This record gives sequence, C-alpha cells and structure tokens, in this order.
Amino acid sequence: MSEKYDEIPIAGNIIEPGNSEKYKTGGWRAERPIHSDEKCLWIKNGTCGRCWIFCPDMAVILTEKDGKYSYAYNYDFCKGCGICAKECPTDSIHMEKE
Amino acid sequence: MSVSKDKIKIEGLTGDAAIAHALKQADLDVLAAYPITPQTIIVEDYQRFAADGEVKARVIPVESEHSAMSACVGASAVGGRVATASASAGLALMWEILYCAASMRMPIVFTVANRALSAPINIHNDHSDGMGMRDSGFIQLYCQSSQEAYDTTIMAFKLAERHDVLLPVMVGIDGFIVSHNVERVEMLPDDVVTKFLGVREPFISLDPDKPITMGPLALTDYYFEFKEQQDEAIMGVGEAYKEVEEEFTKLTGRKYGLFETYKTDDADIIILAMSSMGGTAKVVADAMREKGDKVGVVRLKMFRPFPTKEIAKAIGKAKAVAVFEKAMSFGAAGHPLALEVRTALYEAKERPMVVNFVVGLGGRDVPPMTFVDGIEKTKEYLKKGEAPMYETLGVRK
Repeated sequence: MSEKYDEIPIAGNIIEPGNSEKYKTGGWRAERPIHSDEKCLWIKNGTCGRCWIFCPDMAVILTEKDGKYSYAYNYDFCKGCGICAKECPTDSIHMEKE
Repeated sequence: MSVSKDKIKIEGLTGDAAIAHALKQADLDVLAAYPITPQTIIVEDYQRFAADGEVKARVIPVESEHSAMSACVGASAVGGRVATASASAGLALMWEILYCAASMRMPIVFTVANRALSAPINIHNDHSDGMGMRDSGFIQLYCQSSQEAYDTTIMAFKLAERHDVLLPVMVGIDGFIVSHNVERVEMLPDDVVTKFLGVREPFISLDPDKPITMGPLALTDYYFEFKEQQDEAIMGVGEAYKEVEEEFTKLTGRKYGLFETYKTDDADIIILAMSSMGGTAKVVADAMREKGDKVGVVRLKMFRPFPTKEIAKAIGKAKAVAVFEKAMSFGAAGHPLALEVRTALYEAKERPMVVNFVVGLGGRDVPPMTFVDGIEKTKEYLKKGEAPMYETLGVRK
C-alpha cells in the first residue's frame, strides 16, 4: 500500500486475476465460529456441508482422507459473519467473541 | 500533405448532420444513444447510415441516457471506438456515468447540442448542461460552426485515444443555432479520415483470455492515487490537442487552437465568449472599431482543461475583459467562465478588469446589440474603476 500514484495500474484496474487471495479479511472478525464434531453430519458420514456451501469467503475447509472426515476454518479469510452457525442444522457451530 | 481540392466534398449541412458525417467517417464500433432535442439528428442520421449498411458499427438503442453512457463505457472497455450524443436533461441523466467514463479512462466521444436545463422545460440553447458536467473529468471542446463541429469530432477521437490522454471528450455545439442551421461544410475523403484516425489501439482492454477487473472498489487507501493519475492526464491535454490539431491542419489548412483570438493585440476591451457567440462578437468588434473603440475577441474552444496560462497571456494587455456566458452557477462568486478567467488572471502581472455578463439563458437571442450594451457598460466601469461581480443582460428587469 506504499505505492505512489504512478506505480499502480491505470484507473484502478486489477490486472492480476484472483488476487483477492492476497487480501486477508480475517482481521475484520469480531466473533469466531467454533465447531464441535459431536453432532456434525460431515464428521459423521461426509454429508450436509451447508456451512461450506453458504460460507461467502470459502473459509470452511472440509476434508476427507481414508474414509475419515475432518473439519477446519481458514481464519485468514473468515470474517466472522456467523452464516455457518446460523445455517448448521445440528447446532454444531457457535460464535465466540474474539 | 494537404488534401487536394477536387477530393473534398462540399455540402450544406446542419451542425448535427456534420457531426453525424464525422462519426460515420470515424468508423465507430459502437454508438449507443437515446434521442433528445436538439441532438436527435446526429443519431437519426447515424442510424440511417447503419440501416443502409454504410457503417459497420453496432447501434444500441437504449432505454435511457444513463444506459447509453453505460453501454459506451462497456464497449470502450473491450477496446472499441465509441460515441454517443445527448443534451440537457438527457445529459443530466447520464451524470453518474460521466464520472465513471472519465475515471475509468474511456476515450468516448460525446457530442452535445448544448441546451438549457429544466425547469421550466426549454429546448433552446444555453450552456447549463455543459457547465453541469464540467467537473466530471471530460475534456470539453465548444465549437462555433458546423465545419468546426465536423473537424473537432474527428480530432476528438485522435485526442481521446492517445495513451497519454485516455479521457472522454465532449464536443459541444449550440443547440438549434448551430445544430439546426445549414452551413457550408468541407468534408475529407473517407480514406483520409481512416488514415488520420487509424484503428484504436487500446491501452488495456477486457479480454476473457486475459481476465482483468475494471472499475473496482478503491477506498481510503488507493482512491486518491487514481485521482492523481486522472489529474495528471487532463492537465496534459492542452499540449496533446495542439499536436493532434497540427496533424489535422496539414490535411485541411484549418486551425482553431485552444481558443481563437480576433484583433486582440491592441484591444482595450476584449470580449470573451464561447461557441456561436464568437461569430457575433467578431462582427461587433469590427463595428465598434469603426467607431473608434478598440475591441477584440477571444472565442474559447477548450473549456476543460482550461488553458489558464495561455488565456492570461492573451487578455493580459487589455484594460478590461467582458466575459459573456450562457450559464449560471447559482449563488457563486461569478459564473463558470468568469470564475475561470478571474482565477487565471489572479497570478498574472497584468490584470485587466473582468466584467461578467450572463446572457442568452434558455435560448434568449444574443444579438449584436447585447454585446454593444455590454461593451458600453464596460467602458463606464473602466471610468469608475469598478464593476459589479456579475450582471444579466437581455432579460426584462
């Protein structure tokens, strides 16, 4: 952000596609989602995934390895909007103050 | 090399028709416009060229002027040569996108038949619409004749598309006075215009194979830097225009400059006006000179960017400058043109008295006698050593 006016592309054009990855929005977060495995359908049998579908920042990471399902958040991009907690049908996600 | 006389086509054309012919020869890719008096003929004529297969451009008949300018921005973003036309209320409806066009650095040519703004609704000429968009970042060129409108429209593309400019250009003619009056117009052969303008080479454009984003968000961290770029670009336009015109003059012998001067060298009083008023002012200057009053005329063509230093130099030696203008900036310390002139003179060593007359609003005729009245008043103010901040002329009061 220290570039001078003549060191940046003309007219605000973004000339490098996909560069929003460089802009970490995690710093906006006031509350963070906390996930518990106990009732989660993804952990249980690899179904549901509503949190993954609804997350506007692709910050929910669902992985499967050798038939074992695991769950994580990418806190670099999670803005703490709480949509995942709201959408979860089994109340496996709750929000906690940062 | 000058184009030989036998290749020049001469026709009687209205200002609007002259512009339509220039747009035809400019080989547009897209024209998007919505009809509004007194600009309608430009688009009507152009649509006819399109229907008759004389032009290859895609004509987009949009649902509003806001959409017209938006379509132009999109077409320009993919690298096309683009034009539109409007006036008055239509121009006002474009307002938001005018800023986008300029800030996104789209070299769109926007021909305007200058017309009063509502209310009361009025279809006749003044410069309220042009002055309303003066801070949008558009280059503004005001023309005195159909010939100048034709020439300027062609030059506008060359100017706008230069990579050291990349700004939209408004080409203005006085509604009805120039837009609908038939004058003798000399037109260049098509191939000469094609060679003069070439094909637009976009600095950067939207391309699915090489995706970029245009017009995104820029907040406190970057917005100001983009405005700095824009400012630098428009401040260089005076010099760029001179280069474009020099090349054009080689073909035609015609030259307008940023402004035209008429008998200003020894003038005591200089009339400063824009567009069609320039012609009347020159006749008045001649008549006043026969009576012994040394009157000269500066007819300003380029209002944006304002040729500050050049104007200060051109008028500096006179005793007074009488600014005649067809717009009001309600509540201002003077009206748009006079504000610029006074500011231009503030740092100058030689400062004539600036007298500001608002004339011709809503198409009220500005006959020679209005100028004579203004000059007689200016002579009185010179004697008194002071002039009012501004006054209206030609209004019943």
